[in-house]
Amino acid sequence: MSFNSELLNKIVKVYGPSSNEAKIREFITEEIKDFVDDIRIDALGNLIAHKKGNGKRVMISAHMDQIGMMAIDIDDNGFIRFTNIGGISPVYSYGQKVVFENGTIGAIFCEPVDDLTKVKLDKMYIDIGAFSKEEAEAKVKIGDICIYQSEFVENENVVFTPYLDDRVGCFIAIEALKTIKEPVNDLYFVFSVQEEVGLRGAKTAAFSVDPEIGISLDVTAHGDTPKAKRFAIGLNKGAAIKVKDNSIIVHPYIRETLVKLAKDKGIPYQMEVLEFGGTDSGAIHLNKEGVPSGVISIPTRYVHSTVEMASKNDINNCTKLLIEFLNTEFEI
Amino acid sequence: MLLKTLTESFGLSGNEKEVRDIIIAEIKDYCTTIKTDRIGNIIAFKEGKPNSKRIMVTAHMDEVGLMVKDIDSSGLIKFIPVGGIDKRILVSKTVLIGNDKIPGVIGAKPIHLQKRNEWSNALNMSDLYIDIGAKSKEDAEKYVNIGDYVAFDSKYTEFGDNLVKAKALDNRVGCAILIDLIKNIEDISFYGVFTVMEEVGLVGAGPAAYEVDPDISIILEGTLCYDIPKLDSHMIPTYIGGGPAISLVDRTTVYNHKLRDRVVQVAKKNNIPHQFRKTAMGGNDSGRIHTSRDGSLTTTISVPCRNIHSPVSVMSLEDYNNTSKLVKALLYDFDEEGYNEF
Repeated sequence: MSFNSELLNKIVKVYGPSSNEAKIREFITEEIKDFVDDIRIDALGNLIAHKKGNGKRVMISAHMDQIGMMAIDIDDNGFIRFTNIGGISPVYSYGQKVVFENGTIGAIFCEPVDDLTKVKLDKMYIDIGAFSKEEAEAKVKIGDICIYQSEFVENENVVFTPYLDDRVGCFIAIEALKTIKEPVNDLYFVFSVQEEVGLRGAKTAAFSVDPEIGISLDVTAHGDTPKAKRFAIGLNKGAAIKVKDNSIIVHPYIRETLVKLAKDKGIPYQMEVLEFGGTDSGAIHLNKEGVPSGVISIPTRYVHSTVEMASKNDINNCTKLLIEFLNTEFEI
Repeated sequence: MLLKTLTESFGLSGNEKEVRDIIIAEIKDYCTTIKTDRIGNIIAFKEGKPNSKRIMVTAHMDEVGLMVKDIDSSGLIKFIPVGGIDKRILVSKTVLIGNDKIPGVIGAKPIHLQKRNEWSNALNMSDLYIDIGAKSKEDAEKYVNIGDYVAFDSKYTEFGDNLVKAKALDNRVGCAILIDLIKNIEDISFYGVFTVMEEVGLVGAGPAAYEVDPDISIILEGTLCYDIPKLDSHMIPTYIGGGPAISLVDRTTVYNHKLRDRVVQVAKKNNIPHQFRKTAMGGNDSGRIHTSRDGSLTTTISVPCRNIHSPVSVMSLEDYNNTSKLVKALLYDFDEEGYNEF
């Protein structure tokens, strides 16, 4: 399987912070519309694409929203104060360039502080180079959300860029959706909103899709860098099959099916036992009377930074595993 | 005055009956249908001309307070919080306990007996007790039971430049505005929902939203206000007198941008002063409502309240009136074009 870096490069750059996913939704719609039977958008903005099949109703979820920063105040000199939308780290944000939906670019900096490692977001500001409040207000309104400016880097092994979380999951879902010609199961590909603020989109999407099986795709952490906290996930060691995180203990049937498929098809894999975090399956598996659900995770270094890094082999292996999974005749 | 009656009545989370009865008596003649659901929410429907959207306006009925957890051998009462209570506001406050409203005072070790290090730290709730004047445990047990709710004892008072002091402004102010809407809006169909147990985790709103299944909801709230001088403007969540506060984001919701812009537009069109709620802290029933079933749109509009969650919350009657005006204007605006593209 060749690595479609052109699509990944494009998709990580499309604007779409939690609650304002219109642009990325349009981008994905264009990408997939010729490969699905039906597309709908729900009240929160989830993109729900149906690819008809006769087997189980399966919801595949990858969140299209990104973490970002919302302007809450503009001072007399045109400096913008902000609050986080999702898990924004003050340390990772310091000195970064950000971009608003209308293209306005700013730099994040901070009031003078003694210890930068302890700085809180309320001491930080966005400087868009305006010389007055009026000038700033002409470009940015209170309530506008900016994201980190993207620079996509790749070599023969890895890609690194902001927003692999979770555009790489969207990328994998799109690749699978295009590859599967005759679905064995009744597939609902959901590109969900507002995952970063609490799995909110997946919750409402699951309600309307009413799946019998759930699978989500998201980045996970790493334990393979110098003195990293002990965690048995590393780059280039295969697709990660989730066992648990803070939002779900994966249904044993789903976990065992994924492991068996990986073994049978020779797809490198690793088991993920995450002691924090959560993703869409956390919401999906609690839908209505409950839904056996699992997660294929993409091992990623430096999650929520501007240099989220993942291995190209791992990404391809995640795609392969997803395709095999969706082509399975489920016995549950 | 309705706000006086509402703020002086009792309705701690899980024990909203007194407030619920007042509200039902106020609105029952103005509703097409009204019911109390099994968790205690009031779900009222007022039929006007048929609209294309299902509209819900909500306000939570419950307030924060305390609950009796133990009575010690001397008849002093130990307690736990119900909802978000700042322990520093409790010392030397008067309270009323249980359905019989037994008066008590919250006591603590006098300053003379405190050690130096105790001066610089707030006393923990476990160091405080409620004194009802009982001589012994047996004596206290005649008046108070473990599990009794304890409410702040505070009278509604108007003072200063159109300001009001009261307990439970969060969220009887929302209830009062919603009651007024139900009485006075004539030709718009909407659900008026008074929820329970918001202060202990948005408990009532989920079942209510599940039943009503709204397309658009307005959540009415009393929200935090901390507008002291010398604070950087971005650290001030709301200003008293600044008009209704329109929420941007909080811990439970990132508010739909287009609906938010529309609310601002309606405020401007009607010359109603308004402000944004500039903090991401806190949360409200919107969190449960917008993620109920297959999702819906919400906007939260609040009256700023200084000293929120205390016996002496303060709000401006002007803000109250402007909030009421904005919500009315918004209800009529829902009939206009544009909402289908949200």
